[in-house]
Amino acid sequence: MSEYVEHDQTGNSVGRVEKRFFTFAAPPGVLTVESGRTLGPVTLAYETYGRLDETASNAVLVLHALTGDSHAAGYYDKADSKPGWWDIMIGPGKPIDTDRYFVVCSNVIGGCMGSTGPSSVDPATGRPFGLNFPVITIGDMVRAQKRLVEHLGIKKLLCAIGGSMGGMQVLEWAVRYPDMVRAAVPLATTTKHSALGIAFNEVARQAIMADPKWNCGDYYDGEKPGHGLAVARMIGHITYLSDESMRQKFDRRLQDRCEISFNFEEADFQVESYLRYQGQKFVDRFDANSFLYVTKAADYFNLEASHGGGSAVAAFAKARCRFLVASFSSDWLYPTYQSRAMVQAMKKNGLDVSFVEIEAKWGHDAFLLPNARLSGMLEGFLDRAAGDAAREAGHAL
Amino acid sequence: MRYDLSVIASWIEPGSKVLDLGCGSGDLLHILSVDKDVRGTGIEAEEGKVTRGIEKGLSVLHGDINEEVRDYADGSFDYVILSQTLQQVYDPASLIREMLRVGKCGIVSFPNFAYYRIRGQLLFRGRAPVSRELPYEWYDTPNIRVITIRDFRRFCRKEGFVIARETAISTPHHHEKGMVVKFFPNLLATYGMFLLRRRG
Repeated sequence: MSEYVEHDQTGNSVGRVEKRFFTFAAPPGVLTVESGRTLGPVTLAYETYGRLDETASNAVLVLHALTGDSHAAGYYDKADSKPGWWDIMIGPGKPIDTDRYFVVCSNVIGGCMGSTGPSSVDPATGRPFGLNFPVITIGDMVRAQKRLVEHLGIKKLLCAIGGSMGGMQVLEWAVRYPDMVRAAVPLATTTKHSALGIAFNEVARQAIMADPKWNCGDYYDGEKPGHGLAVARMIGHITYLSDESMRQKFDRRLQDRCEISFNFEEADFQVESYLRYQGQKFVDRFDANSFLYVTKAADYFNLEASHGGGSAVAAFAKARCRFLVASFSSDWLYPTYQSRAMVQAMKKNGLDVSFVEIEAKWGHDAFLLPNARLSGMLEGFLDRAAGDAAREAGHAL
Repeated sequence: MRYDLSVIASWIEPGSKVLDLGCGSGDLLHILSVDKDVRGTGIEAEEGKVTRGIEKGLSVLHGDINEEVRDYADGSFDYVILSQTLQQVYDPASLIREMLRVGKCGIVSFPNFAYYRIRGQLLFRGRAPVSRELPYEWYDTPNIRVITIRDFRRFCRKEGFVIARETAISTPHHHEKGMVVKFFPNLLATYGMFLLRRRG
């Protein structure tokens, strides 16, 4: 996902928020990840907004995409220039209304924003894990999140929401822990990462690994493989846009010049300058090894294979929640046909599902941008889930 | 609520499962879920209408009714509704067969082309009829089928669809008031409404 953090037009905000940490699987306990290797202790960085109600039935879990983090809304400090990455959607009076819902967002394991990942210190060696960190999967991320959710006293999530790799986690939650999810919103995502998606991730990873400073993942004492990571990010940014959005945003316009330069050092075109800027900005905030691990997790994601013996219908037979699936017309990374395929499998299982392809020209990034239709749907969908939860609680009394 | 939709709603048992093909922004499904505790799903081709339906808290799928209906298992619904959409369907027999496969009953309503005022336009003015119910000119209409109540009965006999219930109504287009037409329905009714079942 891009860093399209938009300021809220209404001025509503959850205000000042704080990053918290939850550690589990401390020795002698371990988390055995899907590859068979063990990890422990495991820390998750997380944030919460709003208040958990008495029956713990108003929790909304927000799952971030590839390079996101736990900072989904609000500000850490008055001096922050930008709020959290989905501040347009989360806050008082917003679609994910923090006056009504208790919102939880955690950084994925393998990440670099406070959760245990390759840049964390390996207790066995006292040095950063680097490539000694086990390869993790979307399933591992979700299993770790389940520990956090239980720690917060939540037995059943009102809703799990996320786009892109966050959407993969939503699907994993719905199928792996069907009793813990009342409603699910997978946005701009897929049940299995396509060859196209894997291809772009592989090129991005090769860019990092080709940087001599990467040093087989052992670079924490010296200089970062900044160039490789920047190129990896540039590739990502191409996939997040679309032909149309690039044409509208840049076309062939030149950057700060009237004529082409006839050299390679300078960015002739605006699109080059944009990609270089995005790449550089990313180097300051993201760890190269984390990028390798999270892209690998996305590539390995195949809900049909891991939960349905190769069949999407069999995988969704395990799910019980209500779904709202949305795709975006110009998204070529997770095209609409992939969302339609998951909707079809849900329907075949008699699951209650809504689906819409939203007309949007901004490519994959559209899910992060303000969209009145998406906001309205999320609000209505959550309200209905809350109504169900209230009715169920009423029956239980 | 629109009179024609209120007639359909009156046919539906409380607590049943309903699929509404071409549900628009979900007015009928909304009433059914509020008044009759119906668990409903709608299918709609227009994005703006789909999102309005979902905003209301309904389950709506964005897609083509002919395609989307195929994904459901046999007998998934108690009722499958095709309200004022039949005149736009390319292959009505196949669609209604699918409706009766995924649902125990089908409800079909359509504007009656044999309504006397429509006949009058053709007879006295010699022009392709344009009415409130069928407001399009011949060159811009999405309606590709000309249906009358009598033709539809004949079609059902031929295709083996059992007409379990039939009502003809006279109501201005999308109006809340209307009346049931008992005499000469094919002449005096603006809409025909049928409850269909599978044979056997």
